[in-house]
Amino acid sequence: MSTKQNTSLFNKKILLQAAKDSVMKLNPALQVKNPVIFIVAIGSILTTIIVFVGIFQGNFSSFNLQICIWLWFTVLFANFSEAIAEGRGKAQAESLRKNRVQTKARKMDNKKEVSVYATELKKGDIVVCESGDVIPSDGEVIEGIASVDESAITGESAPVIRESGGDRSAVTGGTKVISDRILIRITSEQGNTFIDRMIALVEGAKRQKTPNEIALSILLSGLSIIFLLAVVTLPAFFSYSLSASGLPMSNNLTLPVLIALLVCLIPTTIGGLLSAIGISGMDRLLQRNVIATSGRAIEAAGDVDVLLLDKTGTITLGNRMATDFVPAENVSIEELADAAQFASLSDETPEGRSIVILAKEKFNIRGREVHQLNATFIPFTAQSRMSGVDYKTEEGTFHNIRKGSSEAIRTFVRNNNGFFPQNIQDVVNELARQGATPLVVAEDKRVLGVIHLKDIVKGGIKQRFAELRQMGIKTVMITGDNALTAAAIAAEAGVDDFMAEATPEDKLKRIREEQANGHLVGMIGDGTNDAPALAQADIGIAMNTGTQAAREAGNMVDLDSNPTKLIEVVEVGKQLLMTRGALTTFSIANDVAKYFAIIPAIAISLYSGKNGIGPLSALNVMNLGSPQSAILSAVIFNAIIIILLVPLALRGVHYRPVSANNALIRNLLIFGLGGIIAPFIGIKLIDILINL
Amino acid sequence: MITRDFIQIILFIVLLIGLTPVLGNYMFKVFNGKKHIMIPVLGWLEKLIYKFTGVNSGEEANWKTYTFGLLMFNLIGFVFVFLIQLFQAYLPLNPAHLTNVSWHSAFNTSVSFMTNTNWQGYAGETTMSYFVQMIGLTVQNFVSAATGIAVLLALIRGIARKTTDNLGNFWTDLTRSTLYVLLPLSILFSIVLVGQGVVQNFKTYETVQTLEGSQQIIPMGPAASQIAIKQLGTNGGGFFNANSAHPFENPTPLSNFLEMLAILLIPAALTFTYGKMVGSTRQGWTIFSVMLILLIAGLSISLYAEYAHNPIFGNLHLMEGKETRFGITNSVLWSTSTSAASNGSVNAMHDSLSPISGMIAMINIMLGEVIFGGVGAGLYGMVIFIILTVFIAGLMVGRTPEYLGKKINAFEVKMAIIAVLAPNIVILLFAAWASVIQPGLSSLNNSGPHGLSEILYAYSSAAGNNGSAFAGLNANTMFYNLTLGIGMLIGRFGIIIPVMAIAGSMGRKKITPLSAGTFRTDNSLFIILLIGVIIIIGGLTHFPALSLGPVVEHLLMNLGITF
Repeated sequence: MSTKQNTSLFNKKILLQAAKDSVMKLNPALQVKNPVIFIVAIGSILTTIIVFVGIFQGNFSSFNLQICIWLWFTVLFANFSEAIAEGRGKAQAESLRKNRVQTKARKMDNKKEVSVYATELKKGDIVVCESGDVIPSDGEVIEGIASVDESAITGESAPVIRESGGDRSAVTGGTKVISDRILIRITSEQGNTFIDRMIALVEGAKRQKTPNEIALSILLSGLSIIFLLAVVTLPAFFSYSLSASGLPMSNNLTLPVLIALLVCLIPTTIGGLLSAIGISGMDRLLQRNVIATSGRAIEAAGDVDVLLLDKTGTITLGNRMATDFVPAENVSIEELADAAQFASLSDETPEGRSIVILAKEKFNIRGREVHQLNATFIPFTAQSRMSGVDYKTEEGTFHNIRKGSSEAIRTFVRNNNGFFPQNIQDVVNELARQGATPLVVAEDKRVLGVIHLKDIVKGGIKQRFAELRQMGIKTVMITGDNALTAAAIAAEAGVDDFMAEATPEDKLKRIREEQANGHLVGMIGDGTNDAPALAQADIGIAMNTGTQAAREAGNMVDLDSNPTKLIEVVEVGKQLLMTRGALTTFSIANDVAKYFAIIPAIAISLYSGKNGIGPLSALNVMNLGSPQSAILSAVIFNAIIIILLVPLALRGVHYRPVSANNALIRNLLIFGLGGIIAPFIGIKLIDILINL
Repeated sequence: MITRDFIQIILFIVLLIGLTPVLGNYMFKVFNGKKHIMIPVLGWLEKLIYKFTGVNSGEEANWKTYTFGLLMFNLIGFVFVFLIQLFQAYLPLNPAHLTNVSWHSAFNTSVSFMTNTNWQGYAGETTMSYFVQMIGLTVQNFVSAATGIAVLLALIRGIARKTTDNLGNFWTDLTRSTLYVLLPLSILFSIVLVGQGVVQNFKTYETVQTLEGSQQIIPMGPAASQIAIKQLGTNGGGFFNANSAHPFENPTPLSNFLEMLAILLIPAALTFTYGKMVGSTRQGWTIFSVMLILLIAGLSISLYAEYAHNPIFGNLHLMEGKETRFGITNSVLWSTSTSAASNGSVNAMHDSLSPISGMIAMINIMLGEVIFGGVGAGLYGMVIFIILTVFIAGLMVGRTPEYLGKKINAFEVKMAIIAVLAPNIVILLFAAWASVIQPGLSSLNNSGPHGLSEILYAYSSAAGNNGSAFAGLNANTMFYNLTLGIGMLIGRFGIIIPVMAIAGSMGRKKITPLSAGTFRTDNSLFIILLIGVIIIIGGLTHFPALSLGPVVEHLLMNLGITF
């Protein structure tokens, strides 16, 4: 997807489309979904009517007209913010749609191949795909193995292997088979395939309000009602004050002024940006190549406080590496390295390769031409549990070198009438205790020494876990290793807890336990046996390489199949909630300044002497030019601030992994205190411009 | 101000802080069925009451049953008080031969005492018989306070427990808080008051000859017992019309000091009980701190306004209507405490406060009566603001907001908003209505912005279940009796019902364990935040109306114009 190309925050095409959409969104049926902005829209309509009635009656008021224009702008700006957030998703959806051209599927009907349209496929149908075919719909490989180009959804051009049986059986509609032939059982109904859902999600078509968004909307509506009350009762208090000041009732507040006051007070900033924040949260996730099945999932990600992480791939590099040679007594380390390297030359496993690399790095033992050595390589088998090489020296003697587990080598040397020295056994035990895997090397009846194979903890992961701990998130490492090895790696990586020899049932049980204690659990998995745990977890991220079952069970799919993604997902969730909170605070804090602009402006004549300037002008702390310009400045500020904050809403507030308290202090200073001060400056500046 | 004034204020605050854990801990034991010192004395009575009423004290109810019991109990209380006023002329203990009360005044008064408001549209000594005062009003003084405590207890249980529907037993809570908390404290306090010279008798009113030779009727009656509970139960309804400015209600500086302390005593101590019950006394002290800071801030502004130079009297203080025996400081300390705590008793006329200190009294009420507030009511009102604070600020730490491990979702926010809206609707709509129609305006004794303040204050007082009056407003008219009565009902049950719903919903939730990612609600940052939210919500709602009332009056006073 577009993620690999850097989509800039705005581009001309999206901006133009958003501008057009913000007008289309004036449709009352759409507008009513956002109560705060709906109030502004009603205000705009009323003001417009008043302006036109004024024109007809011959007392046109340019002040009313200006209020009217800016109220409309407020609505349009709010719509624009939503449109631009959606627009970015739409652009992505468009590129997805291109891949979903009308394909033909080769359906197997009673062992006969029938050509049908992909759209006619039903769940349970079997189709066949050969190299060059586009896979017509989501499904599971039931026969065969093939390499598949999934760049249409992942953006990754390197083909991936899909095969029946294992954990890599899921295929996605719209991807392309580039070699071999597979039989696929369709697992999704049309319209509900992975790509369909992706398109719906990025377009926001199926976007439902998330629980927190609903709660926030209720709060905003409640605040709007309070301000509505404060504003509708004002003419009554005014009429009392007018009669007490001996002024005529015709001086009472006009409807446009009341509407202006109301619009300034209700939380239009957050009201206008709320859906943009939600959409862009989904978008930010997408940029990290993670697809959430709902906005609810992203929100829950922010709440996760226990992460279950698989050791392999997440905490450690996928494979063990040789890090050291420990020779036996009377054996030089060079001899051990030489034998180990020789035994590993044809070993294509990552462990074997790492031995060759270590020997080269440490002892400069270069590769040799294998066939010139009269050597036969003995591959690893489950029965022998060792691998190695048989060779003939130039003198014509035969030798066998083997490397393997201590038990296997013990048997090997005994069979050759040798013995297994006690000090080697001690080294083996010691290494195992440290969490490493010892590999013993022997030549004929002599034990040469031990290769230290170690799990390599990923660089920077310890730092990452420390950050998570600061954020209050507990990390649990899951591994199939025994408790001793697991404990050693857990300590090195700095996780809070570990589960050794974990079965899928153990995982599920652990998740249930954590949840019963009030925790929210996040996990990432790929296999079919992970599916129950993925479904049980509050955030279950399935890897795209995983099985269809896992992808169905989780509520997010990571297209990169990168286990560390879980951490980023949590961050996106937190950032989303923070952005909402920050802009709500900002919006409410803004009201203080608006009161100080509007109240003295509308109440200036009350209890005034002959000069017409009453005592309440003392509240005009900003020293605004005139009552009209004061009201207008507040309304303009109120509209413009929405546009100014669109980038922030789309990008999210700056996120740092710090404790709750530090995050709060920082956001309070910026958005709380800043929210009080900014409008004083903004309104004053606008007022100066108006009065130029 | 002189040193004496400062010493008194400091003594007042120190005593308040000191008594909070003592009484709070005692109430914790009482409400949780633990052993305490009153069981040997009154335990038999509690058992007898349960036996007599058939209450199974161990049986717990869900929020709906609990609320239904509470509402029924209040309804019966209302009907009873309403009827005995309508027919007091035919009832005993009426030595002054007072006539039956008008229906609208009786409605207003019975609502007022049932809702712990104790707004008095009537003058006690010329309207209510001893029978109505004792059997009707004093009883309601006890049970309305106990009702407030019961709601609070249900809410605390909802917060502290997890995945349960059980919020306790209303009848047990009601009985225990009346029997073990309100009754013993009132008896103790009335004895002290009688010792100070407060009247407590059933005599007919005495007629005496004054020095000028004219005749004066001196009212008598069982005052001390009602005054004790009116102070302790944040009721505030005076036995006499002049309330605690009357020498028979408040004879000495010591009685004055103790009566002021009694206003805040139980609401303050309940914060400690709260902390104990939710399992962290820090949480309780945090709330206490918020309340105390707001109280001291209001007090400071009021004192400054009263003692400040003004263009009319220069450096002379505005003594008219103040408690002349005890001085300005004692008048202002009382006015701040009584308005903050939803008590409503007065020892000076709030009408005569300077515009700014009058405004502070009004703001104390408008903020939702959460600065200590009514017995029980202040604290559950505060929890509403805590929920809103936690929601807004909690988002900023990047988690779904939670309070004491309970997630705050749409339902809680909705209920909290209703609870915040209820009193504000009353204040704004009714005050606006009254300020434009004849029945509203004809009751005013003062013109200009001061008249508007009188109207605003009356409805704030009703909505906040405070009960104090700005005076200067003749509220015993059909219009005011009915609108204020309705206002009191909305202000009381418009909060109680959503609070109970929150209690029910919180009780069913799980408790999220504390971690570094948790938004703390027991530190100084939270204190600042909560104060900020309370002031901003209250301030933004009432700023326009206040600016046309006390603010403009203050500005005009500085120009030498008064009303």
